[in-house]
Amino acid sequence: MSLAYKDRKIAAPSISPDTKAFWDGCAAGKLLLKQCEKCQELHYYPRPSCPFCGHGETKWIESKGTGTIYTYSVTRRVEVPYCFAFVTLDEGVTMMTNIADCDLDSVRIGQRVRVVFKPTDGGPPVPMFTPA
Amino acid sequence: MSIKGKAYIAGAYEHPLRKAPDKTVAQLHYEVAMGALADAGLSKSDVDGYFCAGDAPGLGAFSMAEYMGLKLRHVDSTDTGGSAYLVHVSHAAQAIAAGKCNVALITLAGRPRSEGSSGLVPRNFGPAPDAPFELPFGSVTVNRYGVSAMRHMYQYGTTSEQLAWVKVAASQHAQHNPNAMLRDVVTVEDVLSSPMISDPLHRLDCCVVSDGGGALVVVSPEVMRSLNRPRIKLLGAGEAPKHLNGGKMDLTLSAAAWSGPTAFAEAGVKPADIKYVSIYDSFTITVVIQIEDLGFCEKGQGGRFVADGNLISGVGKLPFNTDGGGLCNNHPADRGGMTKVIEAVRQLRGEAHPAVQVKNCNLALAQGTGGSLGTRHCSATLIMERE
Ligand SMILES: [Zn+2]
Repeated sequence: MSLAYKDRKIAAPSISPDTKAFWDGCAAGKLLLKQCEKCQELHYYPRPSCPFCGHGETKWIESKGTGTIYTYSVTRRVEVPYCFAFVTLDEGVTMMTNIADCDLDSVRIGQRVRVVFKPTDGGPPVPMFTPA
Repeated sequence: MSIKGKAYIAGAYEHPLRKAPDKTVAQLHYEVAMGALADAGLSKSDVDGYFCAGDAPGLGAFSMAEYMGLKLRHVDSTDTGGSAYLVHVSHAAQAIAAGKCNVALITLAGRPRSEGSSGLVPRNFGPAPDAPFELPFGSVTVNRYGVSAMRHMYQYGTTSEQLAWVKVAASQHAQHNPNAMLRDVVTVEDVLSSPMISDPLHRLDCCVVSDGGGALVVVSPEVMRSLNRPRIKLLGAGEAPKHLNGGKMDLTLSAAAWSGPTAFAEAGVKPADIKYVSIYDSFTITVVIQIEDLGFCEKGQGGRFVADGNLISGVGKLPFNTDGGGLCNNHPADRGGMTKVIEAVRQLRGEAHPAVQVKNCNLALAQGTGGSLGTRHCSATLIMERE
């Protein structure tokens, strides 16, 4: 079996002042994460406060954009099938995403992937991943 | 303070309809309320506490209290999705134990079937902080459970055949329920040959979409003694949310791993003591993961545990969802927790269908999961005893 990836229309994500840097990063081809200024833990999705220790100051760091597929589910009974997934970045945080630009039937847990940015409808691009 | 022995379920009612295009949601709430009160032998004027969740139209509990003409001294509109009604039973017991009410009415109703609800359409819960990082990726109900199932298969060797056994067991029970939406008995092969919706979940791994509803009446021990109904006593309850934890999570685990031990500790019983379980079955994988997390088998062994008819009443070790569950009978308002409690009450009263009634059923557990295993959810566990 094979199921070729196809781009689908993606609604623009809503942007708030505390996540604007993330979306600006996507537009510049960079995947940004937040790190706590106090306990140094990384987290995702990005927040101005740390969900682990509760500290109110976090800073942006740039991810290498590489990781492994933690889990996925190819959603088939829709107009344009897509691969819904969670990828664990090499920095140690796991993020919701899609797997793109490959045969969706060949996707496997544990596969190495790298970030790619896919356009949205009138908004910044969003981070997806493709086999490395 | 414990709720153990402080409250009883006196009334339970499941709406017989599975499609109700000509009724309003408020009307369905009213009909199930009257059904549960009649079942208990109580009337509307006895109600002094009212509980409802996000399926109730209007603001919190006020609009429905007005519609039904309730005079109340306690309201609670806690919404934890499909598990809310188990949470409400626990909160009602707490309120009764604290003297805040004596007769608590809990209602659920909705018309997702008439309104065209689907597990493949994104639902936007408003300006949630997670939404911009999830909606672009096509996060919908069925793939949010699919990712948990895929990871469970990878980590523990769970198979599609094992998941299918959950649906097979539900269908064996549903054949005896005249109100069930799907009454045909299905085989493992039927499940595996149904269309793949979102890997690895086939159409028959998914619950039904149905209109309707249900209601419960929870009362104080004094009120219970005045009624001519079997006494279904609350022994223990637990509730716990789980979420993506800043990107450091285990999607094979449900919050039943936390709500379950809380409920068992309060009840003072063990999983091996339980005679019947109602387990939230939005999808087959939901049942497997919760059964593990509640301690009915080791973590990772749920697939093997549910296989070969182990959940079928009269056949297996752990009879479950003898009404046919959400997979075959009913999932009103896309929220399956209410019907889980109702069937547990039927079993404890000895009022389940004779073909599926568990013998000497004196101790039952009801388990709900509201939200999604693959993102965030709230688990609720109730343990009940026939006195
Ligand atoms: Zn911190």
